[in-house]
Amino acid sequence: MAIYALYGVAALLVLTPIAVVLAASPRASNIIYGACLVVTMLLGVIGLVCLFGRTVSNATLPLGLPWLGAHFRIDALSAFFVIIVNLGSAAASLFALGYGRHEETPQRVLPFYPAYLAAMNLVVLADDAFSFLVSWEFMSLSSWALVVSHYRERENLRAGYVYLLMASFGTLALLLAFGLLAGAHGNYAFDAIRASHPSAALAALVLILTLVGAGSKAGIVPLHAWLPLAHPAAPSHVSALMSGVMTKVAVYGFVRIAFDLLGEPAWWWSMPVLTVGGITAVMGVLYALMQHDLKRLLAYHTVENIGIIYIGLGLALAFKAYGMPAASALALTAGLFHVFNHSIFKSLLFFGAGAVLNSTGERDMEHLGGLIHRMPQTAFVFLVGCVAISALPPLNGFVSEWMTFQAILLSPQLPSWGLKFLVPAVGALLALSAALAAACFVKAFGVSFLGRPRTPAAANARETDNNSLAAMFFLSALCLVAGILPGIFIDALAPVTNALVGVSMPHQTGLDWLTIVPIAESRSSYNGLLVFVFVTLSGSISAFAIHRLASDKLRRGPAWDCGYPDLSAVTQYTASSFAQPIRRVYGTAVFHAREIGEMPPPGSTRPARLTVELRDLIWDAAYEPIATFIGYAADRLNVLQFLTIRRYLTLVFSVLVLLLLVLAIWQ
Amino acid sequence: MIRDFAFQGAQMLLVLVLSPLLTGFVRKAKAYLLRRQGPPLLQPYRDLVRLMRKEVVLAENASWLFRVIPYIVFAGTWVAASLVPTFRGGLLFSWSADLIALIALLGSARFFLALAGLDVGTSFGGIGSSREMMIASLAEPAMLMIVFTLALIAGSTQLSIMAAYMVSGEVGLRVSLGLALLALIMVAIAENARIPIDNPATHLELTMVHEAMVLEYSGRHLALIDLSSELKLLLYLSVIACLFVPWGIAPPDASPQAIAVCFAAYLGKLVIGGVLLAVFETSIAKMRVFRVPAFLGAALMLGLLATLLLFVSGSL
Repeated sequence: MAIYALYGVAALLVLTPIAVVLAASPRASNIIYGACLVVTMLLGVIGLVCLFGRTVSNATLPLGLPWLGAHFRIDALSAFFVIIVNLGSAAASLFALGYGRHEETPQRVLPFYPAYLAAMNLVVLADDAFSFLVSWEFMSLSSWALVVSHYRERENLRAGYVYLLMASFGTLALLLAFGLLAGAHGNYAFDAIRASHPSAALAALVLILTLVGAGSKAGIVPLHAWLPLAHPAAPSHVSALMSGVMTKVAVYGFVRIAFDLLGEPAWWWSMPVLTVGGITAVMGVLYALMQHDLKRLLAYHTVENIGIIYIGLGLALAFKAYGMPAASALALTAGLFHVFNHSIFKSLLFFGAGAVLNSTGERDMEHLGGLIHRMPQTAFVFLVGCVAISALPPLNGFVSEWMTFQAILLSPQLPSWGLKFLVPAVGALLALSAALAAACFVKAFGVSFLGRPRTPAAANARETDNNSLAAMFFLSALCLVAGILPGIFIDALAPVTNALVGVSMPHQTGLDWLTIVPIAESRSSYNGLLVFVFVTLSGSISAFAIHRLASDKLRRGPAWDCGYPDLSAVTQYTASSFAQPIRRVYGTAVFHAREIGEMPPPGSTRPARLTVELRDLIWDAAYEPIATFIGYAADRLNVLQFLTIRRYLTLVFSVLVLLLLVLAIWQ
Repeated sequence: MIRDFAFQGAQMLLVLVLSPLLTGFVRKAKAYLLRRQGPPLLQPYRDLVRLMRKEVVLAENASWLFRVIPYIVFAGTWVAASLVPTFRGGLLFSWSADLIALIALLGSARFFLALAGLDVGTSFGGIGSSREMMIASLAEPAMLMIVFTLALIAGSTQLSIMAAYMVSGEVGLRVSLGLALLALIMVAIAENARIPIDNPATHLELTMVHEAMVLEYSGRHLALIDLSSELKLLLYLSVIACLFVPWGIAPPDASPQAIAVCFAAYLGKLVIGGVLLAVFETSIAKMRVFRVPAFLGAALMLGLLATLLLFVSGSL
């Protein structure tokens, strides 16, 4: 099967030159996105066949390093991520069939889009370090080109710059990790790496480098700084791919190295992973709550979900290290199921934001409002996405978080004292982030879609096109299916956990009423289907009964608002005012938030002003000093550019002498 | 099977019928403590019937979501309330949602209610939603930490199994249980919008949270929302009773007499809980809204401390 997958990738790569040639034609976007849709659907089917057929297949191409060739392989883990990549890509291509028509400069998007899809597929297929790193870098560069596709906006250029720097930094860390893994003999094939058992210190170093390298792409705090800049800058279907899919490819990189290539974990590996996961989850959602740009809010919220995924993975590492494979399988399944769930609803939400952007030209929530009247279908699917991402039953986000909680409840059996203190704290952080996520999405949906329109652009919005709607409805249906029938998805993950931790969760789909029971029925069980049926039934029965027996009369009137309705839409709650209580509670510590109220003197007609100052402490503490230092060093070294020829010759000569001296002393 | 089904149905009806009575009882008890006569016990029923029969006056720019939300909120709360063991264990569907799922189900109801507050685009609705979500952002994690504590003791997150474990002699007195009970009471007060967090009887708009959020509702919609709040109060009292006073929950195969005794015991627990709530509410003043985070943060810390104790030693 691996060779067929490579044919698919090749087809995507062929689309790139075609796109370059066609880009000027008006039908180019239909052709390219249509072709991408077909190819990614086929690739997705290949993933499904491999995952459910439980087959492992290899392919080697005579590319890359001459003595090695390029190895590719689909095993269970790759197959699962092939499905995620191509599900997201297919949905994005379908969405782009409608959305892409509004693109002003298609020649800057179309050629890179299929290349980007191909690169993500290559990363999850690669079976040697060289192909992996080349694909990884190819993925970074093609997505960078998409980020700066609207290069005339200054902000996008800055986003592209920061992204490029962070991507190179991440690849550097991965490069070092693979260099260490390959050992003295330079065995780059994953099989050889698997067979060699690195020493404990080496493995630890590789783990840290992987956490940094893959984590910077996934967006763990404090390496997330590029993500909220770059994801929103790209066109919306690409934002969806970057947030929904590319971060998952990064998670794949981490899982592949930490669970597969490195062999048996040491007990303490889980500690940095869990710590990073917990902090990332809470910081991500707090950042998201402070935003009023819809796409940036979504991008920050990706950071939160990456944290949740890393918590699952960290727990799985801990359980695996202590020989508790059943618990490890549960935690890993929870993490990977959240990977799947997040890829669906984050793509859905970015599509929704894209549809809003298309029809209003606005990303700033303070300029939106009341869109539920003008864009009812988009509003509906966006609402589904919001409920799912806020981890509320009966949709899918809840199931994976519930499973993570169940895994946390198994952890008192872990013998390590460090973990005994860390895991409850991480559990509290997870709970906190879940609750804050709900607040964040009440704000996102409530301010943009509900209330009254704040600008003429919002008041005159039009429903988006059918292709975009089809993509969004498809993803929201998946959210519901994965929420009420999670057993199918858990069972599908069984071969993955089997391969990585040796066992899988108990078989779920055969249970009564399609309940999911992670460990034993006496311990915990959840049935999304029944909850959904109960809520729907009792809601509709009560609606029916009340309408029949009591009253079904309805009259429209002006809003009550305690008798003081204000006709101006400006008096509504805005995104900033909605977040104000939460900013007061958490923001003073996390963002050094300050509110400066400026009241005009009595009698003056000047308006009062309220200024809110937020500081990004992570940026100030970690990035700013580095940037300052590099700027300082560059300024000093700049002198070297303007020397006379004699001085250059002196310089070259003295360096030569110095090096020869070093060599002489060395030997 | 049929018997179990009947009991599950009976429980659904029971919580629906009892919840307005409980609210009426708490109001009456509060009035008595204030030396007032107070409204009759059955007043909440009359209010509900009257509201149901009235026509709905809907704000001009209210969306379809605004009209659907009362049913969603009611259905979510009702389902959650009917899965809590009250007087007889072994509810037919109690395994379909464990305690974490119940909390999340109430979270869904709150999510939608907060959206309703923003739908009409009035400033009072917004203030209510935004404060409600701020309170929830602390109350929900605190509640989850309490669930963790109890689940670690009982080895299960299923309410009926937790209740059965609590009534068995293995539990004994534990520090963590005490902390969890205290935190649970604090969370229950906040979740039900009671004094000192919020005032269910206030008419001063700026001090309201829950009431400000539902200010635009009228007629049958308002009736459903009121009924859901009453159900929620009953639910929290039942959860506290089921976990911390688990005596008097009949096993599934108990005789009718035993079930009758347990039913009386359940009513007794509700009465005691209602009186305690009334006494607490009359003896304390409402706090400023930005004192609430300290109150709920304390609950969160208590819950976390209880969980930590259990992680450190299974017997604490």
